[in-house]
Amino acid sequence: MTAPAASAPPPAQPGAAPRPRRGGRGRRNAELGLLVLAMVLVAAYGAAVQASMLDTITGTFWVPAAVLFLTFFALHLVVRFLAPHADPALLPAVALLNGLGVGFLRRLDLGGQEAARRVDYPVFAGVGGRQLAWTLISVVLAAALLVVVRDHRMVSRYAYTLGLVGIVLVITPAVLPSSISEVNHAKLWIRFGSFFSIQPGEFAKLALLSFFAYYLVRKREVLSLASKRFLGIDFPRGRDLGPVVAVWALSLLVLVFEKDLGTSLLYFGMFVVTLYIATERVSWLIIGLLLFSGGAFLAYLLGHSIGGPFLNFGQRVDTWLDPFADPYDKGWQLTQSLLGLGTGGLFGTGPGAGQPNLVEEVKNDFIFAGMGEEVGLFGLSALLVIYLLIVARGLRAGLAVRDSFGKLLAGGLSFTLGLQVFVIVGGVSGLIPLTGQTTPFLSAGGSSLMANWLLVAMLLRISDAAGRPAGEGAAGPVRSSGTGSAPMRLHGAPTEVINR
Amino acid sequence: MNAPLRRVGVVAMILFGLLFANLNWVQAYKADEYRNSDYNGRVQVAEYERERGKIVAGGKVLAQSKATNDDLKFQRTYPFKETYAHVIGYKPVNLGDIAVENYENEFLAGTSDSLFGERFRDMWRNSKSPGGNVLLTLSPTAQETAVRELANNNVGATRGAVIALNPRSGAVLAMASMPSFDPNPLVSHSTKAAQAAYDKLLADPKKPLLNRALAETFPPGSTFKVIDSAAALEAGLTAQSELTGGSTYKPPDTSQVIGNAPGVTCPNKITLKQALTVSCNTAFTRLAVEKLGADTLKRKAQDFGFGDGDLRVGQLDDGGVRVAASQTGDIKDPDGTDDLPALAQSAIGQANVRMTPLQGALMAATVANGGSQMRPYLVQVLQGPDLTTNHYTASPRELRRPVDPQVAATLQDMMISVVENGSGRKAQIDGYTVGGKTGTAQAGEGVENHGWFIGFVKKGDEPIAAVAVLLQNAGQGGSAEAARIAGQVMKSITRDRGNG
Repeated sequence: MTAPAASAPPPAQPGAAPRPRRGGRGRRNAELGLLVLAMVLVAAYGAAVQASMLDTITGTFWVPAAVLFLTFFALHLVVRFLAPHADPALLPAVALLNGLGVGFLRRLDLGGQEAARRVDYPVFAGVGGRQLAWTLISVVLAAALLVVVRDHRMVSRYAYTLGLVGIVLVITPAVLPSSISEVNHAKLWIRFGSFFSIQPGEFAKLALLSFFAYYLVRKREVLSLASKRFLGIDFPRGRDLGPVVAVWALSLLVLVFEKDLGTSLLYFGMFVVTLYIATERVSWLIIGLLLFSGGAFLAYLLGHSIGGPFLNFGQRVDTWLDPFADPYDKGWQLTQSLLGLGTGGLFGTGPGAGQPNLVEEVKNDFIFAGMGEEVGLFGLSALLVIYLLIVARGLRAGLAVRDSFGKLLAGGLSFTLGLQVFVIVGGVSGLIPLTGQTTPFLSAGGSSLMANWLLVAMLLRISDAAGRPAGEGAAGPVRSSGTGSAPMRLHGAPTEVINR
Repeated sequence: MNAPLRRVGVVAMILFGLLFANLNWVQAYKADEYRNSDYNGRVQVAEYERERGKIVAGGKVLAQSKATNDDLKFQRTYPFKETYAHVIGYKPVNLGDIAVENYENEFLAGTSDSLFGERFRDMWRNSKSPGGNVLLTLSPTAQETAVRELANNNVGATRGAVIALNPRSGAVLAMASMPSFDPNPLVSHSTKAAQAAYDKLLADPKKPLLNRALAETFPPGSTFKVIDSAAALEAGLTAQSELTGGSTYKPPDTSQVIGNAPGVTCPNKITLKQALTVSCNTAFTRLAVEKLGADTLKRKAQDFGFGDGDLRVGQLDDGGVRVAASQTGDIKDPDGTDDLPALAQSAIGQANVRMTPLQGALMAATVANGGSQMRPYLVQVLQGPDLTTNHYTASPRELRRPVDPQVAATLQDMMISVVENGSGRKAQIDGYTVGGKTGTAQAGEGVENHGWFIGFVKKGDEPIAAVAVLLQNAGQGGSAEAARIAGQVMKSITRDRGNG
């Protein structure tokens, strides 16, 4: 049978042992049950919004939730047949976030209407309606990924291609003229006309991560073994630093030319963490942290001394340090966000009862703050727990899967998702300087939604491989019967953990 | 690779823990501060669910709320803009409210205890009844005259104040402060626009937000001679008692010689009445230094209301705008004896003597009302939203009794002489008896003098109105112009009565 399955080592810790689990069908039924629960919550949220904003609950409050349920149910069916051992919590958790996002965006649409006209506002209109359509497309993409990629190791065959694609995607907005690529002072976009734009960086992170994972699986020995000891910490050799420095430079380039700290932090954190997972060398984390904070500090100083491309970053840091210094101009977004969160307090004003429209960009970057006004600290904590659950389940898939590439990919994807949540939620709540990231699954916009659903599909795929009983091949009948293109081998790279 | 994966999981937990901790900081610890921040445009939408009551004077609606299509369902409007701004104040979304809008807020908003019945009935009516209406004592004719005449003064003063009272009740008939402001931009539902309008008013060096009639004190100049005269009469002098006047007087312990104003002829022997009529400085300073003394003068000033820092003008029973305390200063040397040069200056309303225009009007009103000073008030009736139930009606009451009726009658006679034969001729009104006292007060080195007039009008024995007019830094002719304006305002009140 396959090499990874055959050479699976005894796990070092009991927690990592592939415990006897329920069969695929049991997991799928649990998934369906959770999915129904999630959609009931979304419907209830919609009803609460209507009760507050229309003073009545119309007969259509359940329609968005029902459409979402059908969409997710279709994906559930795909998972049931093509990834039967996948983690049952992932899909419902993401569906819940996605559904609440659609519901909140619809609530914002209603808030933009005159009170008297709200009752007649069409169910599929506005940003909420568009987000519903994007959800549909995203779920189709996720299903397509599950259909095409029957074994996650298959991805490694296109690693270099993906790496190149990733870099092109990252760089494109930076080199395009601002008129096409700049939205709200961040050059992260490619705009096609006035009605359609994509954020290529959202997809770039998936492509780059696939490349990182492949590259590191190949290089991990040399990166982890050849080292010098200094102060009790193993530091890598100078020449092995090459790729790290390259990615560091790339991320700083993003910071400066795309004027976006968040994306920069995201790429760099993503790379450093996969590097760390691959090599188990803490020194990489320290080097990464020093490089990034040093770079960011330098950019801040440059922003104040020479301005130019660094000016935006310098201002953002100033705003973060004292948002109320210029509350009507530079600090406007962040102060309104903080005031909204504070107004919400512990329990929030209730769905539909707040004034999230006072926060600029509440559809995108500030959606978490907008929701925070209405659901309060308790509601936001619940949302954070759902995110954490997704991250934890992704990492767990990485722990349980048997090949190095899968471990790196799952670990990297999950952590990236978590880091993105940290960067944007930390930004809108004043924990770190504000950056223009989307909030995964909640923010309005197709790019983010599609990319993150692809990410989840990949995690589903890996968790399926992880949950599959040892010896059973990749998703059933489609598997090749051992032709040359068998996806199990990674170009001669060892596919299993060597040292622990 | 599982160990680093787990550690990455721990890192993710820490990041989310930081987010959670920070949200606790923002939404729990800082929640109250943010909720009540001046920059927070979010208000309890509920406050705007109910139509706020009207503010009415003499049948004119000075403030009302109009239905909107916003989330804030009613927009406050002030149809007369600048004319009543200082009297009624404003009730903005995000800024602090002031004046009637502030101290009658609960009744106007419909949340006061006295409107409990209305709210109780609302529970069955499925609609929210409006708040209660506040009926003011103001005479719109007098108010409009005061504002117009202040603005059209012929000495080029840009700042000033007028206040008119009913001497028998203390009801405020007019209260104007120049320059004024339009309160409408401040109550804009766009909190950004409102704040900008407010900041602009705040930055104006002429301080348009300041209600000069109540909130600021000025040297009273010769109007203070009314208090000298009262003290002299109580000390046994009569209107016909002879004083020593002359063209100059040098008080002891100083080289500073006191003279009379240009155009004032003051013989060496002059009666008290004639001294007041021509406003003879030398006679009054000598009287204060040689006969009255600092303690008598100060006590008499206090009898008239100087030093009272607790007076509020608004509703008689509860609430109102605090009036700045008028002051005489100490008029004592460090060893406890009278500071004679200061006493001489104080007798003619200089040195450290300062009074509000309201204090001036109260002095005139007291004289006109036979020695009884009525507590000033603005709120006549609190009317339920049904327009029939009166929840409160002002019952005038005496504030203090500075002089007995005989002294008051003599003072009346002397002040009438001022208007008929002396410096206050411009205040005369055909068919009515007018009394008063002019004042020209040195405002400081290098700035023009303030012009004052305090006075009253009577029909037969019945006092009709008392008024104080201040023209800040009016210069030459200021007190005569103040007398003319006072005459116009009092005339409008007599006409108002004729019509009513």
